Amino acid sequence: MKALTVSGSPHFHTEQSVSKIMYGVVFSLVPAMLVSFYFFGLPAILITLTAVVSCMAFEFIIQKYLIKGPLTIFDGSAMITGVLLAFNVPANLPFGLVVIGSAVAIGMGKMTFGGLGKNPFNPALVGRVFLMISFPVQMTTYPEPTAFTTKLTDAVTGPTPLTIIKDGVGRGESISSLMMQIPDYMNLMMGNLGGSVGEISAIALILGGIYMLLRKIISWHTPVAFLGSAAAFSAIFWLIQPEVYPDPVFHLFTGGLMLGAIYMATDYATSPMAPRGMILFGVGCGLLTIIIRLFGAYPEGVAFSILIMNAFVPLINRAFKPKRFGEEVKNG
Amino acid sequence: MTEFLNEITLFSVISLGAIGGVAAIVLYMVAQKFKVIEDPRIDKVEELLPGANCGGCGLAGCRALAEAIVKAESLEGFNCPPGGNDVMQDIAKAMGWEAGEKTPMIAVVRCNGTREFAPPKVRYEGLMTCAFAHSLFAGEGGCPYGCLGCGDCVEACNFDAMYMDQETGLPVILDDKCVACGACVKECPRNIIEMRKKGKKDRRIFVSCINEEKGGLARKNCKVACIGCGRCVKECKFDAISMENNLAYIDFEKCTLCRKCPPVCPTNAIHELNFPPRKQKAEKAAAKEKEPGE
Amino acid sequence: MGGVHPPENKFAEKRSVERLEPPKSVAIPLSQHLGAPAKAVVGKGDKVQAGQLIAKGEAFISANIHASVSGTVAKIDGVIDASGYRKKAILINVEGDEWAEGIERDESLIEDSNLTAEEIIKKVYDKGIVGMGGATFPSHVKLKVPKGKKAEYLIINGVECEPCLTADHRLMMEKGQEIMVGASLQMKALGVDKAIIGIENNKPDAIAHLSKIAAGYPGISVEPLKVKYPQGAEKQLIKALVNREVPSGKLPIEVGCVVHNVGTAFAVYEAVQKNKPLIERVVTVSGSSVKKPSNFMVRIGTPVAELIEAAGGLPDDTGKVVNGGPMMGKALNDLNVPVTKGTSGILIFTEKESSRPPEQNCIRCARCLTICPMGLEPYLLSSLAEKQRFQDCEDERIMDCMECGSCLYICPSGKPLLDHIRVGKNRVGQMIRERSG
Repeated sequence: MKALTVSGSPHFHTEQSVSKIMYGVVFSLVPAMLVSFYFFGLPAILITLTAVVSCMAFEFIIQKYLIKGPLTIFDGSAMITGVLLAFNVPANLPFGLVVIGSAVAIGMGKMTFGGLGKNPFNPALVGRVFLMISFPVQMTTYPEPTAFTTKLTDAVTGPTPLTIIKDGVGRGESISSLMMQIPDYMNLMMGNLGGSVGEISAIALILGGIYMLLRKIISWHTPVAFLGSAAAFSAIFWLIQPEVYPDPVFHLFTGGLMLGAIYMATDYATSPMAPRGMILFGVGCGLLTIIIRLFGAYPEGVAFSILIMNAFVPLINRAFKPKRFGEEVKNG
Repeated sequence: MTEFLNEITLFSVISLGAIGGVAAIVLYMVAQKFKVIEDPRIDKVEELLPGANCGGCGLAGCRALAEAIVKAESLEGFNCPPGGNDVMQDIAKAMGWEAGEKTPMIAVVRCNGTREFAPPKVRYEGLMTCAFAHSLFAGEGGCPYGCLGCGDCVEACNFDAMYMDQETGLPVILDDKCVACGACVKECPRNIIEMRKKGKKDRRIFVSCINEEKGGLARKNCKVACIGCGRCVKECKFDAISMENNLAYIDFEKCTLCRKCPPVCPTNAIHELNFPPRKQKAEKAAAKEKEPGE
Repeated sequence: MGGVHPPENKFAEKRSVERLEPPKSVAIPLSQHLGAPAKAVVGKGDKVQAGQLIAKGEAFISANIHASVSGTVAKIDGVIDASGYRKKAILINVEGDEWAEGIERDESLIEDSNLTAEEIIKKVYDKGIVGMGGATFPSHVKLKVPKGKKAEYLIINGVECEPCLTADHRLMMEKGQEIMVGASLQMKALGVDKAIIGIENNKPDAIAHLSKIAAGYPGISVEPLKVKYPQGAEKQLIKALVNREVPSGKLPIEVGCVVHNVGTAFAVYEAVQKNKPLIERVVTVSGSSVKKPSNFMVRIGTPVAELIEAAGGLPDDTGKVVNGGPMMGKALNDLNVPVTKGTSGILIFTEKESSRPPEQNCIRCARCLTICPMGLEPYLLSSLAEKQRFQDCEDERIMDCMECGSCLYICPSGKPLLDHIRVGKNRVGQMIRERSG
């Protein structure tokens, strides 16, 4: 017999591991992936592949040659960053820009801070916002969704619903007339609208979200607070002036709100730890999103609002502790 | 146009000037209100200290030591291990006080339970700190007094004067780097490391074991444990060795470094460091020279 | 709040309790309970009988210790305990099996008792009864309600939330009547008229069995509980059964509750009704590789190795042997340690099962915080302790941690959270002691 092992209790360990969780998230993104492949065709597949491969490659290069630390590229986290970055850019984005975005996402957004779990900002969003600010034209030229296409170029481009509303309201047109140019809600939900690769289909994203909830990868607090507060704040404006501000349903199903609420705001490292903190975080994200959408210069504000709230996470963690057992004595 | 520019210039100069004036007044008042009157001697003392902020003096850094010294108006009870006597003399001179001579000290590891002498019986898994391992179990080798080998002392050393010997699993102290700050002594949960007199020409004789179990039990776990046989006590002519709880201890104040005790120890638990090789006393002693404690 | 669901692995659930013959020699440690060690009252060469007092617990928190076998005291010496340190123990060479006078050894049930509360407590003290759940707190101390406090509920802990262990389960199935009588005696000692037996839903047979018996005992009820670890912890059990939260740093009596294990209830029955001191207990020997997972009734002081032998021997691929449950038990250094009053199980892990997962970066998934039954933040406490910020540890209520192990169990990154927290608790405890002088 070999020597006995001595270690502190407990002697049981969960089957769950970092990579299992990460691949669980990737798996939950599959429906949204399929929808975008259907509507945007081959370019969407290629963009996703490029982003995933380049994210993993950059992580490998940095870990091997700069940090000279252990290699963790197969724990799935770089893959998630890649997929989410691809989901956040238009399907006809030049591949060079995708690679630049990946470099920024992994290099600046993640590895600078020490890698997995130590980054204060969501890496994919850092990459996206970098691209958004540096290459605004390419980042806002969205291809029209068409049923499966293999064409790489010459895709018909058009404005997203959010841009239509933003520009239209800016010109002084009324919401009801602008709504005529936008696909109906059923199509919005299915994903038949202009937008970034992965954000279009609310249904597919919700499906992925439910899967993650069931597997207890995420908790309901952040997404529900995010979506709820976005709906509530947009409803207030809509009720006051329905001809200037679009209704909450429109807000929920357009742009990156679903993707942001379910996948970006729930990112472990960049969201609060305690349930009450998560709710505050979600509410803050929702409020900022609606403010940027209605009054900001950009038609879409999910990425910015999540990044802004990311900065508050350490503060929220400090202020919102879980309820300690035995703190308030409730007898009876 | 010029008029317009002038107006802008004028307004900015006035408004910025006003803000600056108000801010200056506020700053001045605040500075007056919260002024801390410090003894200028604190700065003087701090300048003389090494500035390593090692905490070897038992205070939080050199500044704290300087403050404490000035406040106490004397050097009594204060010691800067890395600076040594020289620094204390300098301070004393600068302040016009007298400084007593301090014997140079060095840290000594009193365990020789290497993997060879105290072979591991169990495998430890978990947090590699002695603090935790000590609370969990007796140690891989089974000796409840021996070194756990997780290197908390090495972690605690601010002077790179220690390292873990990967082969033996024991910490090693580098004579020329150790400043006797005592950080490792404080850190060791088993009190294995002792601060001893550095000795003439760095020569030291000490019992490299702190096991208080009965001889047989101690030997069961470790071949080089002190078994409390008392031969060294009998051998010592200077009354420097005492025997308590089955453990010999050499008082470094009384020890004259005569080298009589190491050869009589049946388990080679008494170590002598930095001595020239023994000339007489045949093979047994010669073997010891090569590998103290074998 | 909180809680985890480790695999239950109750292999010995259906095995009835088997009585083991006394071994050739026993080592009875003088400190088998929380508090001061007992003082030996016998010496080398003395003849002792099973059940005879051999060490007296004189301090306020201490317990008597009795010989578990008959024979000659070989010596009083240091014996390796579960963690490998030597603790004083009385070694007895077994000769025959003679029992001290006054102890009734037949199995017949004695229900009636006309002892007063004080007499019951006196007997519990005399017979050296301690908490059988694992904490081994002397029971007579718990039965004495401090001045100014009032007990309302006696809670009998039949939860056995630790995976693998089945000792309490079997005891409830086989000694249900005795447990009820023991509980009634404890109620009388405490002066309460309500007792609740909490049992988790994974033991439906025990719930049904005890509910049926409880009908004949006024004031005692059986309460099924959701399966969740660590439900058997005092504070969590009180919360689950009577919805009261014991304030931080206080004892259950603060909210009018006293918690005793079912094993303790049985021991109290035996002590009071049968005059039998605590000299044997039920120990589960189990594990995925064990040939014959069993529940043994063994004498205190029996070497663990003999139990393993009785359960089919030590499997070849054994990597770890644990004294207690898999979540809170201690890994053994040596298989010759004796069974003590607090030994609820001996678990054998295969080599594969005994390694921890490799450590990775914390991904801040907040699982540890979600499951912490005390509402603490293990990730924070562990990093504070690692950075030696012990004052902050105290402010974050590190002392509330009961070391249930849920955080280390659930951590997907395999971080040694609890290891760090234990170091922190030690240091903070030191700080507190220094402060109070």
